[in-house]
Amino acid sequence: MKSLEELAKIRERMQNKVILREGHASTRVAVGMATCGIAAGARPVLNAFVEEVANQNLSDKVTVSQTGCIGMCRFEPIVEVFEGDNERVTYVKVTPEMAKEIVEKHLKGGKPIAEYTIGAAEK
Amino acid sequence: MKELSLNVLDIAQNSITAEADLVEITLDETETELTIAIKDNGFGMSPEFLASVHDPFSTTRTTRKVGLGIPLLKLAAEQTGGHIELTSTQRSIDPENCGTEIKAFFRKDHLDFTPIGDIVSTIITLLQGFPEVDYVFKHRIAENGSEKLIALDTREMRIILGDDVPLSDPMVLVWVKQMLEEQYAL
Repeated sequence: MKSLEELAKIRERMQNKVILREGHASTRVAVGMATCGIAAGARPVLNAFVEEVANQNLSDKVTVSQTGCIGMCRFEPIVEVFEGDNERVTYVKVTPEMAKEIVEKHLKGGKPIAEYTIGAAEK
Repeated sequence: MKELSLNVLDIAQNSITAEADLVEITLDETETELTIAIKDNGFGMSPEFLASVHDPFSTTRTTRKVGLGIPLLKLAAEQTGGHIELTSTQRSIDPENCGTEIKAFFRKDHLDFTPIGDIVSTIITLLQGFPEVDYVFKHRIAENGSEKLIALDTREMRIILGDDVPLSDPMVLVWVKQMLEEQYAL
């Protein structure tokens, strides 16, 4: 059975890491989680990003956040990737499988996946 | 929405927009009925907005003039022969007891009942996105003469985690997920 004591252990482990983590996240992944996004399947996409970023040990570099409706509901689930001062990359109609690939190739490998972006979808 | 747990996620986000720091999500289930209640201590709705909120053309969002969160929940309830109830007290009127509560009643034995779906994912998603808010989740299931209660209170977790570890930490999310799944499996 899960106990609250396990949380105390997590805290201990985190206290040793905290100093390294502060202020170093340079990439932000924003998943559209308004009514339109949720209805289109954004919840499993968000959770795929959260899991995959943790699994690939990218937590120090990448933050995953939830955002509202950006007015392009027909393209949901929409995921935006912001990197430093570079312009953002907007992925559309994202699935959990695509999310894993985006983490692997774009967030880890540094190469955006053109065919999943809004530019490709609008052609 | 394919699952009621998605409606819950959508409605709970309204509570966060209303600056709530406590969101209580309660599911009460028998063999034939389900009640979902989402209660917050946010800034509440004016009587005018409360009266108009069932209407899809009433919304707080700014990108367009359509808000489907409450209408979709209402539809899901009414298509089973159920209904929704909304009560709200504005912070400007009563700052101590302000907030909004939405209750949705469902007939589970109706053909058009939408399954609850992955409610654990909904809770995890809220903790991930809005870790500064506290959540009290309760799911009572009274079926076949036995009753079980699945419960989570992030205020208890926060006492142990302190300010060092946010509720959104991946290790914490895994703990919450496993903790809830264990309770469901009992």
